[in-house]
Amino acid sequence: MYPDQFEFHRADSVSEAVELLADNPDAELIAGGHSLLPTMKSGLASPDALVDISDLDGLSGVERNGEVTHLGAMTTYATVADDDDLWEDATVVAEAASQVGDRQVRNRGTVGGNIAHADPASDLPAAMLAANATVHVHGPDGERSVEIDDFFQGMYATAAGEEGVVTGIDVPEEGENTASAYVKKPAPASGYALVGVAARLTFDGDEVTDARIAANGVMDHGTRLPAAEDAIEGESVDADAVAVAGDAAGDSLDEYMVMEDQQASQEFRLQLLSAYTERALETVGERAGHM
Amino acid sequence: MATDEREGGSDRIETVEADDVDAADILGSAIERQEDPSLLTGEAEYTDDIQLPEMTHMAMLRSQYAHARLADIDTSEAEEMEGVVAVFTAEDLDVSGALPVGWDLDSLRNVDNPIMVEDRIRYQGDVLALVVAEERYQAHDALDAVDVEYERLEAVTDPSDALAEDAPVIHEEEGTNEAFDWDIGDADDTEAALEAADNVVELDVTNQLLIPNAIEPRAVVADYDPSDDLLDVQMTTQNPHVHRLLMAGVIDHPEHRMRVRAPDVGGGFGSKIHHYADEALVSWAAKQVERPVKWQATRTESYLTDAQGRGHETHGEIAVDDDGTIRGLYVDTKANLGAYLSTFSPSIPTYLYGTLLSGQYEIDNIYCEVTGAYTNVVPVDAYRGAGRPEASFIIERLVNRAADAVDMDPAEIRKKNFLDPDDFPYETPVAMEYDSGDYHKTLERAMEAVGYDEFRERQEQAREEGRYLGIGFSCYIEACGIAPSELVGELGAGAGLWESGLVRFTPSGTVRAMSGSSGHGQGHDTTFSQILANELGVDYDDIEVVEGDTDAIPQGMGTYGSRSAAVGGSALVESARKVVEKARKIAAHQLEADPEDVEFEAGEFQVAGAPDRSTSIQDVSLEAYLAHDIPDDMEPGLEATTFYDPSNFVFPFGTHVAVVEVDPDTGEVAFEDYVAVDDVGNQINPKIVEGQIHGGIAQGVGQALFEGAEYDDNGQLVTGSMQDYAVPKSFHVPEMETESTVTPSPENPLGVKGVGEAGTIAAPQAIVNAVVDALEPLGVDHIEMPLTNERVWRAAGGGDD
Amino acid sequence: MERTIELTVNGTDHQVTVEPRTLLIHALRDEMGYTGPNVGCESSVCGACTVHVDGEAVKACTELAVRAEGSEVTTIEALGDEDDMHPLQESFQEEHGLQCGYCTPGMVMTAAVFLEEEPDPDRAEIREALEGNLCRCTGYQNIVNAVESAAAEMAGAVEPATDGGTAVEEGGD
Repeated sequence: MYPDQFEFHRADSVSEAVELLADNPDAELIAGGHSLLPTMKSGLASPDALVDISDLDGLSGVERNGEVTHLGAMTTYATVADDDDLWEDATVVAEAASQVGDRQVRNRGTVGGNIAHADPASDLPAAMLAANATVHVHGPDGERSVEIDDFFQGMYATAAGEEGVVTGIDVPEEGENTASAYVKKPAPASGYALVGVAARLTFDGDEVTDARIAANGVMDHGTRLPAAEDAIEGESVDADAVAVAGDAAGDSLDEYMVMEDQQASQEFRLQLLSAYTERALETVGERAGHM
Repeated sequence: MATDEREGGSDRIETVEADDVDAADILGSAIERQEDPSLLTGEAEYTDDIQLPEMTHMAMLRSQYAHARLADIDTSEAEEMEGVVAVFTAEDLDVSGALPVGWDLDSLRNVDNPIMVEDRIRYQGDVLALVVAEERYQAHDALDAVDVEYERLEAVTDPSDALAEDAPVIHEEEGTNEAFDWDIGDADDTEAALEAADNVVELDVTNQLLIPNAIEPRAVVADYDPSDDLLDVQMTTQNPHVHRLLMAGVIDHPEHRMRVRAPDVGGGFGSKIHHYADEALVSWAAKQVERPVKWQATRTESYLTDAQGRGHETHGEIAVDDDGTIRGLYVDTKANLGAYLSTFSPSIPTYLYGTLLSGQYEIDNIYCEVTGAYTNVVPVDAYRGAGRPEASFIIERLVNRAADAVDMDPAEIRKKNFLDPDDFPYETPVAMEYDSGDYHKTLERAMEAVGYDEFRERQEQAREEGRYLGIGFSCYIEACGIAPSELVGELGAGAGLWESGLVRFTPSGTVRAMSGSSGHGQGHDTTFSQILANELGVDYDDIEVVEGDTDAIPQGMGTYGSRSAAVGGSALVESARKVVEKARKIAAHQLEADPEDVEFEAGEFQVAGAPDRSTSIQDVSLEAYLAHDIPDDMEPGLEATTFYDPSNFVFPFGTHVAVVEVDPDTGEVAFEDYVAVDDVGNQINPKIVEGQIHGGIAQGVGQALFEGAEYDDNGQLVTGSMQDYAVPKSFHVPEMETESTVTPSPENPLGVKGVGEAGTIAAPQAIVNAVVDALEPLGVDHIEMPLTNERVWRAAGGGDD
Repeated sequence: MERTIELTVNGTDHQVTVEPRTLLIHALRDEMGYTGPNVGCESSVCGACTVHVDGEAVKACTELAVRAEGSEVTTIEALGDEDDMHPLQESFQEEHGLQCGYCTPGMVMTAAVFLEEEPDPDRAEIREALEGNLCRCTGYQNIVNAVESAAAEMAGAVEPATDGGTAVEEGGD
């Protein structure tokens, strides 16, 4: 309940934040604080210093250019979840944001903080994978963009590295022939995903021409499900194809690396993965008017 | 009763303001709670809200391991830290420092229960050191600086493992982990009945450990005045007088120089009955530092120390003839007691459990044996329901299994074996005498509300479509208002279970009433005022109920076991009646009539047949205090105290029905309906009754589907935070349809039975029975609680094992 | 280490000296005396500490006081007082939406912002909205009733209710 002492820096710029992080290996970045502060209160984390970037100009807000929607890293889940246009343009991201934590958490937690933290059971990673997002990172060597497929590297580990600051996320807008969804089985106590499945399908008529399907809660980080994608591509989203894709969902995963805890065994997680992959695909199919 | 049909199913009871209720109707009206405005505006004062001048903050170092030897402890660094006032360990204790147990059993192996451990650590909640500091953050900082050397020992957490021969022994001086061996009923007759019956159905169940989770964690503020040797303690308590008595002994402080108060208390559910080591240590520390000391448990501490509930491993056998007649019941339970005996823990898996095993049924032969086991988990004691949910669960699951065995409808087998209304009072083979009941009525009402016949048709249809609907009945009984004192004394209680109530008129004709009950959310100020307004004929608003202060209230046993209305309320009724009798004599004196000719109604004394010769009880009160003209040989004043000792328990009952749909692919359980028909006797305030039922059901839903304290092999609590232990959230609890029947109890002047625990007792087996019923086509006959998705999925045939 | 911050609580400007690690809830309760919001867990689950920060419902146990510098904080104390309660406070009393009251300040504060954003919610939406506030006493049903009633009451206060959907029927039986 009582965090240890730390120094508090409010960064005036992203560059300053990057410098502060580089100078102090035991410093942590704080954005919305809803991942970090609970671990500090429980004594699991005890950083020497916090670098606060929540007030930085330009890091917050939603912008559009007709092709991508840019989410400033400090944009809260609530802002994303309440953005009607995003529900049109990148449904899966808005839907995942709407399912993070609870209302109070969504009012403070940020999308940048979420993916930078890379909690394997949080909701945004799979959604960003399905949406084929691009992450903007400002590190000691300057600014760079990271494809979302290269971003998540392990439990709490990302391509941003310890000293990089996630400054924003670009989410491509779904075209007319694309639809997406995020469905989730929450752990009853924490609300984190036992399994969460994000799917984005592009259609030519009834036929799925491109599928991006990803899962949270199953592996040590948000993960694409290529076997499910292969199974649904070239098919129409009917009950049989959905069932085949659901069955295939776990095929591309290393079974031994599947998460296991008191909430769910590996075997049951894979079962939920199948069931929720089916639900995600059904939902997308319905949204696209194909089911 | 005014109701308002709306979305969500149930008829809603509408509250009324006291001003809008006729005096004659005050008892039984759904009056808005007078407690609420202060609770709703932040004006309420909970223990942690209390600020005293010079107040310090205390934090306690608990153990990293559940079972270990404390090899060494070094507090020197902590003592030097900023803001630290004092650091204490067991060697600093100059008092007896052992927590007492308030219930004895013949076979009980009582063990030392030290408030700080010197040598042996038996669970994670054991206190190794305490820090008093200027600020709460500083106190917690200093804990990190205490250096502890542990020698770890093998731990044991399940009762059956603890009772095995090669188990690590937790209290070495006893040589065994067996805390007691207790039985009730007739073993030979029951064995013979089981042998003679057409069928015997067996079932093994685990009734899992639960964490109470009052949303306010426990807390204490202690203030010691050395000049008078007065110790003033404000704390989260369900029973201030019991805490005063027990704490006085633990810290060797004279009881008459102690005051214990309960400020607003944020729920208890049993967890704030017991006297804990930390509470005694706060008071002791306040005496050492001679400054006020506040301790507020963190939620982590609550999880590591609040007495947990249930914790049974049970084998049950029910004997049933082919026509559905239940012939006998045999129950063998291993009860987890945790590391030490908590205040009332020996009574919970024995007299509050084995005595309830007859349920609503006529069962001629019942035998129950219970073995208590010490383990390395948090001590286990009363949690909402306390023994009775475990009894009701095993009976209601076995009755369902018996119905399957003889191919009978689960409602029909219940009806066939129910006690009939004219069987009361009914003596069970397990030592209870039921007061009154109409079990057919609550079941039939519930079946009607849920549309039973129609449901079975729907279920059949759904099955053809590959959907799994299920219905589950729970026909429960509970015993509350545990009494009388002489009996409970014979059973081993270290206390009487009466209640005190003082009713005092002021000279101006208003009323202050002191009750030894100690509410913590139940709305006693409202319901007790209703009782007294009815008895005394004074305005509801002219009554002030005082609870939770050992200085103000004669004595008290507190609030738990659904006893406050039946026992505490009855004490106030008796006192009110004594006051009226005295007032009648004064009135008669004033009116120059014989007291026998003076009638009392609605606050007015009137000479029979002479309407103009009357006076009010308020006027009489003034005369009583003026004492200028009262009967000879009468003392002035108008007040009375009663120590009400009930003649028997009271036995609420009812039927709960859950209707669920189960997805065998994911193990997900969705509620389609939940109907509760409860009979809690007469109702003082139907809205408050409804609220108690709702809340009780929610906790039963929690046990059935979500909750369970889990420990790893080392005795570490795995579900150690609200992120891991699933307290039901708003969308986890179904819309509940609640109805009542009223069968007054003949045992008390109010005819009330008690309502606090009914829902928690009733709900779990209704839900488990429903889920098992849903999955019956898949050959499922039992699933252990909590019915996690994975367990349900596996039961339905998912997975490899 | 300590620093002095300025913030507004319930319309009153405060200057308060805190450590960087001081949680907003402790600054409010211990330093400024706003003991309405409560602490029920340390894991950001129970929501008993919910206050409004710049108009949004926030768990004050999961925010640093230093980060609330310059903010406008509203606690239950400002929502209404005993003689002049907010419609939500009134409906919680009328519908028996509280028992021990410990979760209530947080519950009401969450519901208050929710009803601003969603003035006519259905019961499922209310349950979702209160997901971050645990109550162990009521079983939630009367809380849902209270929020539903308050919504109807507040809608009626702005404009006369035109649909009978979820409106409270005065004196209905």
